[in-house]
Amino acid sequence: MIMPLINGLRITLKHLFKKPVTLQYPTEKAPIAPGFRGLHALNVSHDKAKCVACYLCPTVCPAKCITVEAGEDQNHDKYASKYEIDMLRCIFCGYCVEACPVDAIRMTETFELANYSRADFTYTKERLLEKK
Amino acid sequence: MDTLILGLPVAYYIAMVAKVLVAFVFVLLTVAYATYAERKIIGHMQVRLGPMRTGWHGLLQPIADGVKLFFKEEIVPAQASTFAFLIAPLVALVPAFISFAVIPFGDTVTVAGYKVPLQIAGYYDEIGHQVFDVNVGVLYILAMASLGVYGIVLAGWSSNSKYSLLGGLRSAAQMISYELAAGLAIVAVFMLSESLSLQKIVADQSGAIWNWYAFKQPLAFIIFFICSLAEINRTPFDLPEAETELVSGFCTEYSSMKYAMFFMAEYANMVTVCAVTVTLFLGGWHGPAFLPSWCWFIAKVYFLIFVCMWIRATYPRYRYDQLMALGWKFFLPLTLVNVVVTGIIVTVMK
Repeated sequence: MIMPLINGLRITLKHLFKKPVTLQYPTEKAPIAPGFRGLHALNVSHDKAKCVACYLCPTVCPAKCITVEAGEDQNHDKYASKYEIDMLRCIFCGYCVEACPVDAIRMTETFELANYSRADFTYTKERLLEKK
Repeated sequence: MDTLILGLPVAYYIAMVAKVLVAFVFVLLTVAYATYAERKIIGHMQVRLGPMRTGWHGLLQPIADGVKLFFKEEIVPAQASTFAFLIAPLVALVPAFISFAVIPFGDTVTVAGYKVPLQIAGYYDEIGHQVFDVNVGVLYILAMASLGVYGIVLAGWSSNSKYSLLGGLRSAAQMISYELAAGLAIVAVFMLSESLSLQKIVADQSGAIWNWYAFKQPLAFIIFFICSLAEINRTPFDLPEAETELVSGFCTEYSSMKYAMFFMAEYANMVTVCAVTVTLFLGGWHGPAFLPSWCWFIAKVYFLIFVCMWIRATYPRYRYDQLMALGWKFFLPLTLVNVVVTGIIVTVMK
């Protein structure tokens, strides 16, 4: 009856001298795994977004969080005049990246997406392009 | 030059008052930092860090907690018995601190040519060359320890909440069950020391380490320490609080400073119980001469406080029936046997 009690004390004492596993979060961050799906970013080629507004990503998106509107530029090429992702609805499944035929969208390693207002969760084309 | 009051210099009285103040403030600080030490030690035993943000390694955490609790809203439940509800935290807190009056925490120190014993309720007799203190010091401590439970019972009853009431009732039942075994465990010490005076008990344990009553009475030592844990409602006997079953037990309805007082009472009780155990069993302030006597006392008390926290980090809470069975069917017979065996040995040795 007494031995298990002493054993318990021994185990806790042993743990006292172990290195704590706690990460001091804002100052220390856990390593991000390869293939991590964080905030989206639009890829750029020749100083403009690669997106051709094919509507494959809003079609495949299970959360229906992507809004795309197509426009025509001065070279008569189709481009996304509006590309918005509602981060409050996004489930970070990465289907949009998989569906994209021109490799125009990717997912970054940013995961700290807290904001103060609902409007700030709508990521417009400009904000998505800022992510290099 | 030297003004004499009742034949003693002013410096003597200043020393006496300073002794009380230093002891009280030191106990208060120990209580405050016991909360921090507990969070740190248990944290590290669970491979966590514990408080880290307030000050260097969270050192200002007790102050932050105190300030936060101080500015919290005072809430008195509408149906509560107001007077008893307000008085209960005081009833719990005061006995926890006044037990320290009789605990000798060091050898005598010389102030203005007079020897002052490091014990609040004690004086040095210049003619007989010995320290006199309350000659029923242990009884006084036992009395104060049992007074503390009234605060908890009052809090439980006056809150008019079923959780509080259950906590209070458990506390009362637990107190009665374990007070007996703790008292009988000390009886064996009295049979060896032949005195209830704490100075005499400490003096008997001077010299070598094997003079400590912990080695002469190992069973009484262990049982007294465990029963003390039960008396002050610490894990694994924290049934009156039992947050998993009773929300927070007797202090469910308390907020602000009144809650802080219960919290302080709990830790002050722990410090007191550790100090009493050191005095009764671990040689009091005796230790090798390279450190002053009060250092040894503090070191021993802090070690026992660490053991309390170590126990808390290790064992889960006892079930109510297990607690009662342990007290009545295991500790009480064991202490009775211990008293009888000690009696036989003391008689034979004479």
